[in-house]
Amino acid sequence: MPPLDVPALVLRNAHLSPDYNVLHLEAPAIAAASQPGQFVMIRTAAGTDPLLRRPFSVFEVLRDAAGSPSGISVLCKRIGPGTARLYDAAAGDRLSVLGPLGKPFSLVSPPAEAWMVAGGVGLAPFATLTEALRSTGAPARLFYGGRTRADLFYLDWFASRGVTLDLATEDGSLGAHGRVTAPLDAALRGRAAGAPVMLYACGPEPMLKAVAGLARTYGCPSQLSTERIMGCGLGGCYSCVVRVRDAEGTPHFVRSCLNGPVFNGDDLVWE
Amino acid sequence: MDLSVRIGSLVLKNPLMSASGCFGYGLEYADIVDLSSLGAVVVKGLFLKEREGHPPPRIVETPSGMLNAIGLQGIGVHRFVREKMPELRRLGAVVIVNVCGSSIAEYVEVTRILSDCEGVAAIELNISCPNIKEGGIQFGCNLASTGEVVAAVRRATTLPLIPKLTPNVTSVSSFARAAEENGADAVSLVNTFLAMVIDPETRRPAISNGMGGLSGPAIRPIAVRMVYECAKQVRIPVIGMGGISSARDVLEFMIAGATAVQVGTANFVDPFIWSTLQAGIEDYMTRHGVARVADLVGTVDF
Repeated sequence: MPPLDVPALVLRNAHLSPDYNVLHLEAPAIAAASQPGQFVMIRTAAGTDPLLRRPFSVFEVLRDAAGSPSGISVLCKRIGPGTARLYDAAAGDRLSVLGPLGKPFSLVSPPAEAWMVAGGVGLAPFATLTEALRSTGAPARLFYGGRTRADLFYLDWFASRGVTLDLATEDGSLGAHGRVTAPLDAALRGRAAGAPVMLYACGPEPMLKAVAGLARTYGCPSQLSTERIMGCGLGGCYSCVVRVRDAEGTPHFVRSCLNGPVFNGDDLVWE
Repeated sequence: MDLSVRIGSLVLKNPLMSASGCFGYGLEYADIVDLSSLGAVVVKGLFLKEREGHPPPRIVETPSGMLNAIGLQGIGVHRFVREKMPELRRLGAVVIVNVCGSSIAEYVEVTRILSDCEGVAAIELNISCPNIKEGGIQFGCNLASTGEVVAAVRRATTLPLIPKLTPNVTSVSSFARAAEENGADAVSLVNTFLAMVIDPETRRPAISNGMGGLSGPAIRPIAVRMVYECAKQVRIPVIGMGGISSARDVLEFMIAGATAVQVGTANFVDPFIWSTLQAGIEDYMTRHGVARVADLVGTVDF
C-alpha cells in the first residue's frame, strides 16, 4: 500500500521515564497496513522549526473493541527538540504521521526460533514482531539491554506473550551486568547444535555490529534494523544511506528508508 | 484558468517543478504523486558515471532549514537512461535532467547522451553544487568558466538549456547574464548557501563533509531578492527556488520575477504538497481575477 499522511489524534501519551514515552496515535489505515519492522515519519511541529519529520518504528498496532486496527503507538526517547515535543505531546493533539514506510522483517516459522536483540530505544520494532511471530508459532526470545533497570520497559508485556527474556544493564541493576551481547553470545554458544535461529536486532550501531559478528561466528542469519538521520523517508533526499554489499560483493551506499531499515546482517558493511 | 508557463521552447502545464536532489529520480514518488501533474520533474544530478557520495551523516537540521552534503550520489547517465527513463515516459512526466560534470567535456558528453534520449525535455546545468571537490560550483563561481561551460553545452544540444546558479557569489545577476549571453534558454536559482554547523560538545562539524548547502524556509527571503535582481537583468525566464513551502511562497517568487518555481526541502516534509500548491495558486488567481498565471511574472509593485 502506498504510504498515507494522516493528521493523527494523540490518544494517550504514557511517560515511561524522564526520557522515554509511548505515544498512542489514532491512525487506522496506517495501522492496518503496517508490518513488523516498518516505520512512520512524524512531524513534531506544525511550523518550520523543527522542520523535518522524525522516523519512528511502529511500536504497537492498537486495536478497537472488535479487534480491528485503530492506531499505532511509537516508542520515543527524548534526544533533541523534536523528540522533546513528542515527550510533551498531550492527548487531543494532532500530529502528521506518514507511513507505513520501509521494508519489514521476514518472519520465521518453527522449528526456527526468533531471537530478538534490543538496545535501549531499539526495543521499538519488537512488539509488532512478537505479535506476528505468535501467528507463525516460532518460539521467541528477547535479549534486551539498557543503561540501567529504569531504561527497560514492557517486560511484562513481552513475558505475557510467551517471550523468553534475557536482560542486561550496564550498571548491573537488572539482569546480566554489561552489554546485552554477552548473554546473547552465551545463549548462541549453548544452543542445541543445528537448532535454527534467526537473529533480529535493533539498537546502537556498535551493538548491531556485534550482533552481525555473532551471527557470522555461530552461522545464524540475521536481520538488522538500522537507524540513520533521515530527511524524508521516501527516497528523495539520500541522507539515510548505509553501506551494503551488492551481489558481486562491492559495497555501495543505499537508502535505508527504501532498501531498509531492515537489512540482512551479512550485507551490511561496517565503517 | 491558465496555469501554463513557457521556458524557451518548452510549455509547462503549470509552474511547479521538483528541485533537483530533492525528488530522487521522480519514480520514488510515483505511487503517491501523479508525476504528470507537475510542470516538470527535475531529477537528481547525473554525472557520466555512478557516484558514491559522501559518508553519513549527510544532513543536519537548522532553524527553519537544513544543511546537506550528499555529494551527488547517483547512478550515472547511462543507467538513468536505461533504468529510469522508460517508466518516467510511461507516466507522462516532463523530465528535466540536472547535468553534472567534473570537466566541460563531461558536461557535454552527459548532455549529448540525454539529448538522444526520448522524453528528456530540458537540461538543467549544475554549475552550483557546493558539496563536491571538483566540478559543480567551480564553474559557477567564475564568470568566464560559466560562459565557457554554457557555450560548450549549448553547442551540444537543441534542448532548452537551464544553468542552475549558485548564490555563493557577490552578484548572481552577472552570472545570469553570462548564462544568457552564452545561449542559455533560462536560468534556475538559487542552489543552496554554503554553510556550516558545529557541535560545541564534540567540536566537530555536524555533517561528515564539514560544510554543506543550506536550504529551506530560512533562505527564502534571500532567494527572493536574488530572483528579483536576476529577472531585472536578463530577458530569458528565471526559475526561482529557495525555501518554497506554500502557494503564497510560489506567488512571491513569481511576482518577484520567476516564470516557474522549484520545490525542494518542503517536499521532504510534505510529499503531497503539489496538489496543495496548485489549489492555492488557483485560489489566488480567482481572488485576484488573474486569468493566466504567466501574467503574474515580475509584477512586483516597487
